Amino acid sequence: MNSYRHSVVLDEEKCTGCTTCIRRCPTEAIRILNGKANIDTERCIDCGECIRVCPHKAKKAMCSKLEHYMHYKWKVALPAPALFGQFNGLEDIDEVLEGLKSIGFDEIYEVAKAAEMVTAYTRMYLKTDHIKKPVISSACPVISRLISLRFPYLKDNVLPIMPPMEIAAIKAREKAEREHPELKPKEIGVFFITPCAAKVSYIRNGYGGFKSNVDVVISLSDIYFMLLSAMKRGNPPTVNSEAGMIGIGWASSGGEATALLNDSYLSADGIENCIQVLESIENGNIPQLEFVELNACIGGCVGGVMTIETPFIAKTRLQTVRRYLPVSRNFLSGEEAYVPPEFITDGLPEYKPITRLSDSMGQSMRMMAEIQQLRQTLPGIDCGACGSPTCRAFAEDVVRGRAADGRCCVVLQQQKQQNTYADSMKEDEI
Amino acid sequence: MSEHLNFHYNVDGENFVSAGQASVQVKKNLRELGLPPEVIRRVSIAMYEGEINMVIHADGGVADVDVYEDKIVITLDDRGPGIKDVALAMQEGYSTATDSVRSLGFGAGMGLPNMKRYTDDMRIDTTVGVGTKITMTINF
Ligand SMILES: Nc1ncnc2c1ncn2[C@@H]1O[C@H](COP(=O)(O)OP(=O)(O)O)[C@@H](O)[C@H]1O
Ligand code: SF4
Ligand code: SF4
Ligand SMILES: [Mg+2]
Repeated sequence: MNSYRHSVVLDEEKCTGCTTCIRRCPTEAIRILNGKANIDTERCIDCGECIRVCPHKAKKAMCSKLEHYMHYKWKVALPAPALFGQFNGLEDIDEVLEGLKSIGFDEIYEVAKAAEMVTAYTRMYLKTDHIKKPVISSACPVISRLISLRFPYLKDNVLPIMPPMEIAAIKAREKAEREHPELKPKEIGVFFITPCAAKVSYIRNGYGGFKSNVDVVISLSDIYFMLLSAMKRGNPPTVNSEAGMIGIGWASSGGEATALLNDSYLSADGIENCIQVLESIENGNIPQLEFVELNACIGGCVGGVMTIETPFIAKTRLQTVRRYLPVSRNFLSGEEAYVPPEFITDGLPEYKPITRLSDSMGQSMRMMAEIQQLRQTLPGIDCGACGSPTCRAFAEDVVRGRAADGRCCVVLQQQKQQNTYADSMKEDEI
Repeated sequence: MSEHLNFHYNVDGENFVSAGQASVQVKKNLRELGLPPEVIRRVSIAMYEGEINMVIHADGGVADVDVYEDKIVITLDDRGPGIKDVALAMQEGYSTATDSVRSLGFGAGMGLPNMKRYTDDMRIDTTVGVGTKITMTINF
């Protein structure tokens, strides 16, 4: 029983069962079943690695199409700052914002603006007494899901403030309702333009009993192509960006952490690196730190699977567009001495021991012993031909009843050779 | 079936960079057994510190994790230099780690004290010039 809806889907036609993705999945969530890749939805953390590595482009992330949602009377676009890194030679973010208007959005609320608010709130939160340090960023949903599934001990380290996208959605709706009292709430549509597959899942499923305020998620790559032609027309911008260097900086790895103006931080990107950092924090094997920023994608959100440009080029471009911006354009007013309660999250979903072998410890121990025994008989070359990512995983799949023993072709081959040998010996005896 | 499970690891003393791998493996196995997160954390910290000590002070060794229905026993056995003064080594902050080891972030002198703190029982059998065997038990 599992109701978590992921955004990663498989195009069965294109999948050749080549086993590339099963071996690269950081949570060993993929198996080849009947010649096709099959994702275990309980284990999947939406990191997008399988989309990146598939040589046949058989995996993709599902988003909504803008043209299906034109019925909203008032459409607000929430561009992720990674969007601004996609355009060659872009001088001014306002050109992109104007482009969004010309493809049909009525209003823009930049996620980078909300990011600057999160920066300000985080600085405040770090000064709170009795909080668990290091504080771990809550912005990357892959990391949040990973922590809740695999590092439950670190749950209380996660920043209890909503990610910028969510705050942008709340603020955007508030603003639209305030400025347009003639509109009914359901006539207002809040559209997030996503570089990220995991955020699509986050928005669809909610988190820890919390429902997202985003109404529609559109892929950044879809919007990019629409924007290209719209921006060519070169309409003079009528919208002014409300984000500064800090907000735009959030798109790249390290941007969130450096913005805290606190030297005691670490930032890591790439899912395997992030897992290593979490292991180290859990083992207490890391110097005393105030803040840890983890981005599942290499380079940060500019490396999201729905972007166009490679992360390094996008990052360089962002440095150019940030160059003449004020450091930040969103400050806390003097009275704001605490994080507004509507921006505080109840934290991560309950820990579920998804990898455990059975409900009873005795039974699990018996199964583990069987796995160890079976593993001894396997070649240990992790070839993936059986459909499981490693020989160890195959042994586990057999013991769990998810794979049939006897599917290891290397062992079959060895047996065949032995039989032939035994047969020839028999013949010799005669 | 056997009454308990054994996980056995050879800890490579040559390879600094991959030190800590056994502890990660143990963690994965214990999760599959469905042990409570708190127990898993205690085992993995104790194991991690012991593993690192074998690498930085004793040129490697072997680690065994034995899981029973009510307890886990971690045994770390090496043929390193041994510990001359155990009481001193147990003091927080005491370390003989070299500067190059420190530059990698090890050698804070908290390993042995933490191993004691996170386990219910810890025994150190050590002979200078022969080696060290540390046995730790975590009950649940
Ligand atoms: N397996 C071992 N073999 C030899 N000496 C050891 C071993 N483990 C610990 N020691 C000694 O005990 C000291 C304290 O260990 P520990 O508390 O882990 O601190 P650290 O490893 O940071 O030096 C070490 O510096 C070393 O001199
Ligand atoms: S990488 Fe995975 S999804 Fe792509 S073709 Fe190979 S098995 Fe199929
Ligand atoms: S780094 Fe950014 S784009 Fe990548 S998964 Fe995390 S939030 Fe999404
Ligand atoms: Mg130590």
